[in-house]
Amino acid sequence: MSTPQQTEPAAAQSAAEDAIDLRREYEESGVAAILDELDRDLIGLKPVKKRIREIAALLLVERARKQLGLAHETLTLHMSFTGNPGTGKTTVALRMADLLHRLGYVRRGQLVTVTRDDLVGQYIGHTAPKTKEVLKKAIGGVLFIDEAYYLYRPENERDYGQEAIEILLQVMENQREDLVVILAGYADRMERFFTSNPGFRSRIAHHVEFPDYADPELVGIAEQMLERQNYRLSESGREALTRYIGRRRQQPHFANGRSIRNALDRSRMRQANRLFERGGTLSSEELSTIEAEDILASRVFTMQVAGSEDET
Amino acid sequence: MRMTQGTFSFLPDLSDAQIAAQVQYCLDQGWAVSIEFTDDPHPRNTYWEMWENPMFDVADAKAVIDELAKAREAVGDRYIRLSGFDASHGWESIRLSFIVNRPADEPGLHITRENGPGRTIRYTTRAYAADRPAGRRYA
Repeated sequence: MSTPQQTEPAAAQSAAEDAIDLRREYEESGVAAILDELDRDLIGLKPVKKRIREIAALLLVERARKQLGLAHETLTLHMSFTGNPGTGKTTVALRMADLLHRLGYVRRGQLVTVTRDDLVGQYIGHTAPKTKEVLKKAIGGVLFIDEAYYLYRPENERDYGQEAIEILLQVMENQREDLVVILAGYADRMERFFTSNPGFRSRIAHHVEFPDYADPELVGIAEQMLERQNYRLSESGREALTRYIGRRRQQPHFANGRSIRNALDRSRMRQANRLFERGGTLSSEELSTIEAEDILASRVFTMQVAGSEDET
Repeated sequence: MRMTQGTFSFLPDLSDAQIAAQVQYCLDQGWAVSIEFTDDPHPRNTYWEMWENPMFDVADAKAVIDELAKAREAVGDRYIRLSGFDASHGWESIRLSFIVNRPADEPGLHITRENGPGRTIRYTTRAYAADRPAGRRYA
């Protein structure tokens, strides 16, 4: 794509104009649609959205430079997503794969999600073929490594994770035009992982941090989830959920969006149970409303004492 | 004598870009592409040796082309073919298979005529290359 002869039609045309309308590119490539969707569908995550807009702008400008023959190097696009569980890392990775595909930075745009188990083997000579097979599946798309720090286990010097790391690093360097690697995990552990594997840090261009959700954002997320399943919260139910979130946050293993989804699944079960025990005829209104009592029955409200003991 | 087996074998050898396009077609159809090689060009030799495992769940032709490059490096003096396997119900077999690599020199096949009772003649073919032991046939 670098020499003028090879890029005849596009380059000749744009060379004649010697200008590219970024705004039009932005609309026509479908990037605008993806970013708008991101804004609409994902509640909160302000810094993440901002960062993705910045990355999208960079990609768009780089593509324009390429069309005018100004850029020759392949951009390094590997990323790390850090944040607590349930903050939307996988969801954003999916959108990112779509974004990269529409801008032509990856050829197919599939997202291959893996963890340590998919990359690291159980005996000598098992790791390399396993890692290479995963990489083959990810070529042309995005490889999303969840909880990437488990690859490196310093406490076991015979651990095969190191082998997977070496293959990954090599591919991240030499096949930048073939696939994009996204590492994801908790912020503090990722930090330690990068410290002990400096090769990764230098090969990753974009570090995106996912903040925890605030309580009102979680309520918004809950309402969005329910709406998708044709449920809604009653006024008192909404208030109960706000209280629930406040308490749930104090307890161990709080996983943001995921905890909310699980809580809603349980409250749907309680609602079904309540309706079933009452019997009689039901309106569609009743069938789709989650009441305060469905949420207040949660053990979070009764276990409060035990929970606070755990905390101290 | 140029061996003609599988799809495209009466055409000039495919270029790498053409091979990649065919592979991408297979992948887009949801077929798993595998690489096989042999040094026995007999037409009834259907079971070639496998180069690694068939590649399931691959999305982009580049993955197969990279693997083919490795195969060419190791067994580039023999015949190599790519096959697209369709796992969908009712097919469960190879849908497309074509040779992507041949030895520089193909000596061809010898035909032996055997006189039977009366004036019957029985024919048998034998690859000249198969005279030498496996692995050293095209060295």
